[in-house]
Amino acid sequence: MKHTISVLVENKFGVLARVAGLFSARGYNIASLAVSETLDPDVSYMTIVVEAKDAAILEQIKKQLNKLIDVITVTDFTRKDHVERELVLVKVGCTPKNKAKLESIVKKFIGTVIQCKNDTAIIEAVGEQAQIKQLLDNLEPFGVKELVRTGKIAVAY
Amino acid sequence: MTGSQILIESLKKQGVEVIFGYPGGQVLPLFDALYDAPFRFILTRHEQAAAHAADGYSRATGKVGVCIATSGPGATNLITGIANAYMDSIPMIAITGQVKSWLIGNDAFQEADVTGITRPITKHNYLVKDIKDLARIVAEAFYIASSGRPGPVLIDIPSDIQQAEHEFNWPESIEMRSYKPTLFGHPGQIKKAVKAIVSSKKPIIYAGGGVITAGGHNELREFAEKINAPVTLTLMGLGAFPGNHPLFLGMLGMHGTAYANYATMNADLIIAVGARFDDRVTGKLATFAKNARIIHIDVDPSSISKNVPVDIPIVGDAKNVLGQILEEIKKTPDTAEWLKTVEAWRKKHPLTYQYKGKINPQYVIEQIGEVTKGEAIITTEVGQHQMWAAQWYKVLHPRSFISSGGLGTMGFGFPAAMGAKMGCPEKTVFDIAGDGSIQMNIQELATCVCNKIPVKVAILNNGWLGMVRQWQELFYKHRYSHTCMFNPDFVKVAEAYGGVGIRVTKKEDVRPAIEKAIATDNIVFIDFHVEPEENVFPMVPAGESIDKMIGGLA
Repeated sequence: MKHTISVLVENKFGVLARVAGLFSARGYNIASLAVSETLDPDVSYMTIVVEAKDAAILEQIKKQLNKLIDVITVTDFTRKDHVERELVLVKVGCTPKNKAKLESIVKKFIGTVIQCKNDTAIIEAVGEQAQIKQLLDNLEPFGVKELVRTGKIAVAY
Repeated sequence: MTGSQILIESLKKQGVEVIFGYPGGQVLPLFDALYDAPFRFILTRHEQAAAHAADGYSRATGKVGVCIATSGPGATNLITGIANAYMDSIPMIAITGQVKSWLIGNDAFQEADVTGITRPITKHNYLVKDIKDLARIVAEAFYIASSGRPGPVLIDIPSDIQQAEHEFNWPESIEMRSYKPTLFGHPGQIKKAVKAIVSSKKPIIYAGGGVITAGGHNELREFAEKINAPVTLTLMGLGAFPGNHPLFLGMLGMHGTAYANYATMNADLIIAVGARFDDRVTGKLATFAKNARIIHIDVDPSSISKNVPVDIPIVGDAKNVLGQILEEIKKTPDTAEWLKTVEAWRKKHPLTYQYKGKINPQYVIEQIGEVTKGEAIITTEVGQHQMWAAQWYKVLHPRSFISSGGLGTMGFGFPAAMGAKMGCPEKTVFDIAGDGSIQMNIQELATCVCNKIPVKVAILNNGWLGMVRQWQELFYKHRYSHTCMFNPDFVKVAEAYGGVGIRVTKKEDVRPAIEKAIATDNIVFIDFHVEPEENVFPMVPAGESIDKMIGGLA
């Protein structure tokens, strides 16, 4: 099962390697990882989506993360009121013939067409993962050429 | 001050007395400063030995051991020693030289990404990028290494930083928002634990190296006597409880005593203190102590409920938490019946061995124990001799049994003995070794002779890599694939370095040889020619339940 956790870390070189190394050394899986600076430039915020087959493993992941000297706090969103979002960029086929149809579908499913030239449209969408899945499903008939996603970011209330 | 001088001033502030190490190109500025520094510097013959010696020094004294090596190969030679200290939670500082800052990442001569390589085997590590951070980094490194669950910390210092100039700003206190170990148990959890202890009928205390680290051996003894519960120790825990105490059951697990394993499996309450339910202890997890509730006291939250689900977790330092429990406990459980059962197991299944015409390795260990009256510091290598030492040497005091537990590092015992002797010069230090292990750091004979470190090495020479041979005998149809050893003449090797060698082939010569070695003020190798195919029993086959032992059950 997938769980979203956030990790506040000291913004020092090597911290990402410590976190990533921990996951690989202990055989945990990262589904996605997003990192950026916070309001305090000395602190970075990581949103990590982990796969854990049971509660004990999720607990171990959190404890092991906490054990890293540069980790300040670990927050598990599993039972927390929170908002999560992901940004995707999708390249799909776009001809003068289907452009209008594409635009109406994209609009319906939270997306925006950023650019359309040389038979290719680049579409951006921000949303929860279910919404993004819906958009991608509906873009399928146009021919998805490339897909780039940021991975989830999340924040608790 | 130069970076090198700042480092030396910082080490002085930390009370460092001894440093083990080896020079090289990228630590030349540091070694130049060491030339005038007030430390005893022990030049080992291999960097691995420097790390093990620092580790042994730390285990024997409780202080933080320090080792130094150059960049690249010097640093990579430390790796086994660092990993060893990490697995056994030993506070240690490893200082490595690094190529000049502007060459990092350039595949420079003798460059290796040492902070990258050591990330998973250190508690923390630092690459010093700015000289103004150096003093603070050293202070933090010592604090991290020695607090909470201790461990090795590595500081990688580019040679230009060693030469750069800056004032010496020593931080008087260390405050880290991201690192605050929990040292006292939660009062609510202490109350729950006491309630479980008082209502138990068949309690057992299972203690490990965390008790020794915390200095909680007196509290452990008081606690065991107060609740009148039997005590079993892990390999790392030996010495945390007196080996001759009537409540002591010996070590548990794969080569533990039958009675310790039976008591653990049949207990209704396991009080785990500073131990981590390692697979060598628990055997098959699915059947481990099914009827027991478990109280787990550990300073490292990630050790709790990692392998075995725990009923009452208590995060805290073993000494503090045992003290809290002793303060809280008013009634004591009635364990008379239980102790009778345990005593019956002890009587029925004692540790035993048979004389077959050649010297028994177990006998040698017993004799070392008798001659030294249990007052020596014992170190071991890894293999059969290590398990025999754990079974047959009665460890009376904490920090007097030094063995590679988690990593199982052959070649550890000899340099660790040097480190222990440097820390405790008044003690007799015996490395109990095998003929395979001793050859993994045999070059340290030179270090011992040169620096007058008169440790004693008892080589239980059976001509085999005995533990592997034992597994091949029992589980691989006697197919002895590459385990038969061709050995040098250990007596001559010792003599060639300027040490003393004694060969013993008869049982009656064992004790006189031990006595002679102790009376000799030099490094002594005693080459005991022992029964070649003796096995370590009892033994729990890998992955089996720990009450399903084979061999050696009388």
